[in-house]
Amino acid sequence: MRRDVFQAIADPTRREIINLIAFESLNLNAIAENFDVSRPAISQHIKILTECGLIVIKKQGRERYCAAQLQKLNEVYDWLEKYRQFWDESFSALDGLLEQMKIKSKKHSKKK
Amino acid sequence: MATKNQTKITAEPGKHEVIITREFDAPRELVFKAFTDPKLVTQWWGPRYLKTTLKTFEPKNGGNWNFIQTAPDGRSFHFHGVFHEVLAPERIIQTFEFDDHPEKGHVAMETAKFESLPGDRTRVTRQYVFQTVADRDSMIQSGMEKGVYEGNERLDEIFEKQLVK
Repeated sequence: MRRDVFQAIADPTRREIINLIAFESLNLNAIAENFDVSRPAISQHIKILTECGLIVIKKQGRERYCAAQLQKLNEVYDWLEKYRQFWDESFSALDGLLEQMKIKSKKHSKKK
Repeated sequence: MATKNQTKITAEPGKHEVIITREFDAPRELVFKAFTDPKLVTQWWGPRYLKTTLKTFEPKNGGNWNFIQTAPDGRSFHFHGVFHEVLAPERIIQTFEFDDHPEKGHVAMETAKFESLPGDRTRVTRQYVFQTVADRDSMIQSGMEKGVYEGNERLDEIFEKQLVK
């Protein structure tokens, strides 16, 4: 299984976990309370999120808190933005071509 | 010339599809022609730093298409598919395979819709559906990698070059 940001966010439960801890760090129990899924399943999701670099476990006294590392999510935005630019390049060239085509078709209708 | 018609990409996490939307300041018939006339397609399709060659291009129901893109360093990328439907001037449905990426048999389906907008403008919506989420993500990844090129050409420069020709 891939261990990258895209793999991490492909699962809806993991996306929800990220949403939960984006504003405040929570311990495992506090996170698990929000889901109908079993505790071991939530642990597994958190393990994946940690391996993907989206969660960091911080110790506060005896408690272990899951803190979000949201800078990693920027990778997803960059990924899509670069893909958008890739398409934009072709479409920009198409804009220019369409302008030429419009000029040509106006010339033809004037001749009629 | 400002790019008021921004390309919009939708690729929700965990889904099999990518949707690319773009508006153009030209009537639908002209935009559709630019997508289906081989002499026109080569003038805009693909990144600037790659040379696109249409080996086969039969834009009709059941027609084949086959493109090669060549990089300055000699590497080449092959794409091919079949036109399921070419319905002028509103819709094109085709299959799409990036040869050997990651291996044979990873095929996507593209549905391109052409909508007339007021003021002789057009909206093109291209929906790509992949066999797996991983395929979808990997296609976006490869698009991103190919997008790493030298010499960003600004839209204005491209437009002026086209006019001057």
